[in-house]
Amino acid sequence: MRVGVITFPGTLDDRDAARAVNLSGAQAVSLWHAEADLKAVDAVILPGGFSYGDYLRCGAISRFAPVMELVIEAAGKGMPVLGICNGFQVLCESHLLPGALTRNSDLHFLCRDVEIEITNNETVWTTSFTQGEKITIPLKNGEGSFQCDDETLAQLEDQGRVIARYVGNNPNGSRNLIAGITNERGNVVGLMPHPEHAINELTGPSAQGLGFFTSILQAMVK
Amino acid sequence: MALDTVALAKASPESEQPFAELGLKPDEYARIKEILGRRPTSSELAMYSVMWSEHCSYKSSKVHLKQFGDKAPQSDALLVGIGENAGVVDVGQGYAVTFKIESHNHPSFVEPYQGAATGVGGIVRDILTMGARPVAIMDSLRFGPPDAPDTRRVLPGIVAGVGGYGNCLGLPNIGGEVSFDSSYAGNPLVNALCVGVMKHADIKLAKAAGAGNLVVLFGAKTGGDGIGGVSVLASETFGTSGATKRPSVQVGDPFVEKTLIECSLEIFAEDLVVGIQDLGGAGLSCATSELASGGSGGMKVALDRVPLRDLSLSPEEILMSESQERMCAIVEPEKLPRFLEICAKWDVTVTAIGEVTDGERLEITWNGELIVDVPPRTVAHDGPVYNRPIAQPAYIGEINSKRVDLPIPSNGEQIKAAVLKLAAAPNLADKSWVTSQYDKYVQGNTIQSHPDDSGMVRIDEKTHLGVAISTDANANWSYLNPYQGAKLALAEAARNIATAGARPLAVTNCLNFGSPEDPGVMWQFAETVRGLADGCLEMGLPVTGGNVSFYNQTGSVAILPTPVIGVLGVIQDVRTRTPMSFKTSGLDLYLLGDTYEDLAGSEWAFLHGVRVGQTPKADLAREMRLIELLLDGHKNAIFSAAHDLSQGGLSAGLTEMVLRYGVGAVITLENVGVALLSESPGRVITAIDPSMSQAVEALAVKYAITLTKIGSSGGESLIINGCDISLDELRTAHTSTFPALFG
Repeated sequence: MRVGVITFPGTLDDRDAARAVNLSGAQAVSLWHAEADLKAVDAVILPGGFSYGDYLRCGAISRFAPVMELVIEAAGKGMPVLGICNGFQVLCESHLLPGALTRNSDLHFLCRDVEIEITNNETVWTTSFTQGEKITIPLKNGEGSFQCDDETLAQLEDQGRVIARYVGNNPNGSRNLIAGITNERGNVVGLMPHPEHAINELTGPSAQGLGFFTSILQAMVK
Repeated sequence: MALDTVALAKASPESEQPFAELGLKPDEYARIKEILGRRPTSSELAMYSVMWSEHCSYKSSKVHLKQFGDKAPQSDALLVGIGENAGVVDVGQGYAVTFKIESHNHPSFVEPYQGAATGVGGIVRDILTMGARPVAIMDSLRFGPPDAPDTRRVLPGIVAGVGGYGNCLGLPNIGGEVSFDSSYAGNPLVNALCVGVMKHADIKLAKAAGAGNLVVLFGAKTGGDGIGGVSVLASETFGTSGATKRPSVQVGDPFVEKTLIECSLEIFAEDLVVGIQDLGGAGLSCATSELASGGSGGMKVALDRVPLRDLSLSPEEILMSESQERMCAIVEPEKLPRFLEICAKWDVTVTAIGEVTDGERLEITWNGELIVDVPPRTVAHDGPVYNRPIAQPAYIGEINSKRVDLPIPSNGEQIKAAVLKLAAAPNLADKSWVTSQYDKYVQGNTIQSHPDDSGMVRIDEKTHLGVAISTDANANWSYLNPYQGAKLALAEAARNIATAGARPLAVTNCLNFGSPEDPGVMWQFAETVRGLADGCLEMGLPVTGGNVSFYNQTGSVAILPTPVIGVLGVIQDVRTRTPMSFKTSGLDLYLLGDTYEDLAGSEWAFLHGVRVGQTPKADLAREMRLIELLLDGHKNAIFSAAHDLSQGGLSAGLTEMVLRYGVGAVITLENVGVALLSESPGRVITAIDPSMSQAVEALAVKYAITLTKIGSSGGESLIINGCDISLDELRTAHTSTFPALFG
């Protein structure tokens, strides 16, 4: 089971994502933005960071990377893709997911542990969780406020495509407390908080982030 | 303006030059002429002026700083000492750690966001230059009164700048300080620390060796930002009015620095450089002269090859530009193709601008014409040295002889009011408003960060080896007694490492002072250096490097003397660290160390506007016994928690502990008012399981440290001698201050 982790210039959490993949029992495979080669991976993670320094808009330049053409094509055929933070932003810019991530409502970068509720445990990235399970993982970004038009929001809600919601106070002004969403097929997931930073209690607030990585392993093994 | 060449300089010896505008004194200018045997060209003048500025040459501090070498303790841990970009320490298992703290005070006042951001960028490049992967940063910040209008301009900008740059580089921010005093109103302090990790064999030095090797500039293109920043900004006192100096502040691009870091680490991994230097203060003037001095001395540079983002820049400006995110490497010609390939992979601009020669002069040409021809050592190392006049300021005798007269709480109501007042005091209040703007998780190795006693990162995932760092300063004490203040800050930083179970290994420092031309300030500085050097010798901790920032004053009013001391320690297994507080009820709480009526320079005195009296006297032998006790107890898993006491004394220490995990405590104290407010040094609160009581008593006897049982953990309140303060009330007081001040 091979999970690709893409490094764009300015990607920061690639080694963290690889560590989480390896800990879950899968094999992390490093993918380079400029190489149009998915190296026969079974799934792809777009990690967090500031790819291209967030120039223009977060994720706006990375979506044009050669590797992204292959990711978009593979996602269309059902390959599991997880975008975390900046990766989520890239997925929105690539139109693999709807909506956009905008400046946090208080205009500050925010690094804080947040509680989120898993509201859809049927995607390939969330099957390890129980429906409604609450987990605590770090949130860290300046542009994490999920926004979309009313029609899209209604669609996301009606189709059960909101996969995680913030519990309690809205940390960044996201519509409907949305922390993560999926596409119609359920293979592409975007998540603003960072499960790869919650894989043990030594370096993170919990080990509850591991569920995203064990989910994909289970989905592939089936 | 016509190009001022060496030939022209020889032909026109009497031509007038603006040396004074560039910050050079007449005798310094005369000395340059003596060195060269002619007047300098305008490019040479630019180089000497920036390199001989206070910031680059340490001309006022050198005579004092050499004590760090003269009094250096024997240490097997030191691999690279003072003089290189940063010191390097052996932490075992083949790992070497490099760390350094540096100021970016003046630029941060002028342009808070960019000043702070480029402060982080600069120290990170210093660490990278040693061959290390940067793994964490810390920031020590000081501001004017928290409610002053300008603090509301400066503080949010500086915090956003530290965060904006560090977050984008992917470096966890693992700690630091934020404090306030009116003396910093026109001179905020921004001291940034970076730590990096490498294997012993990978240490890189700044030297240009081997004739025929290439001088390669890589990273950002050179622009007009920060021209003269070094001499104009860092070495000049801010007048109370005066023209804006905004253009002198550098503008940072952390994205470029991030790609430069990854690119450089790949280049280092393939052993493609002979020597390397980053471009910081004084830009190319500094990098070329220091690299050449580090080798045999000979170097030829074609300045017109430097890639520019502003094509109108003159050669003088290119030499002085402090454009960020640039590095200069010495590369063997056969390794250049691979070097270029790696730069291309990371989209990093790279240009060979010259070569090492077997001569002894640094020669720089502009379109073929010789514009600089100097012995590089005279630029980089042989700057002026001043033995500035020193005089103990009059205030010392006056305030040291005065009695500290403060209200001391005694009944329940007064105790509660005092504890809540200290919990909410801006210097002691919860700093999450600041630290939540910093990424502490990236890289996945952060074990401790704010609000723990020290920052701690794991450096090996398999063996669990880690390092801990703390930065500390107590300017109130340093003002009353700079010699003791330096020793006490050193002891505190070392103690903050040891509470977690890490053994202190080495010291870095950032010495922030007023004008060295004021004999009173110079006395504060000299006493501080003497205290720190004596303290380091006594504690066996080598100083690995540091930074001096002078001219932190507005008009004739200097900042409080503020030596920020950073101590680095090593812990064999980060999983075993002692946490700063308790998560369970029923633990016994003990105070280690003696409490005296040490209220001079305390936070309680500060809150009452009292700045008189005598500081406690540092007892470093006892501090070392306490550190050994902490390490011994950690090794034998005796402590459930350990927390250093410093500013705010026992009151602040208990507040921080009970709020950390939301478990209260019941405390009984004799002489309760002084016990809560005193800031006697060398004290630690520990929590232990009752079954360990004999073990902790045995430790206290073994290391001859006073042990006092003060209570136990549990409940939803902090109860002191029956006075009940609910955790909710305490938390509200502690956490409301910053949001109320800064939004």
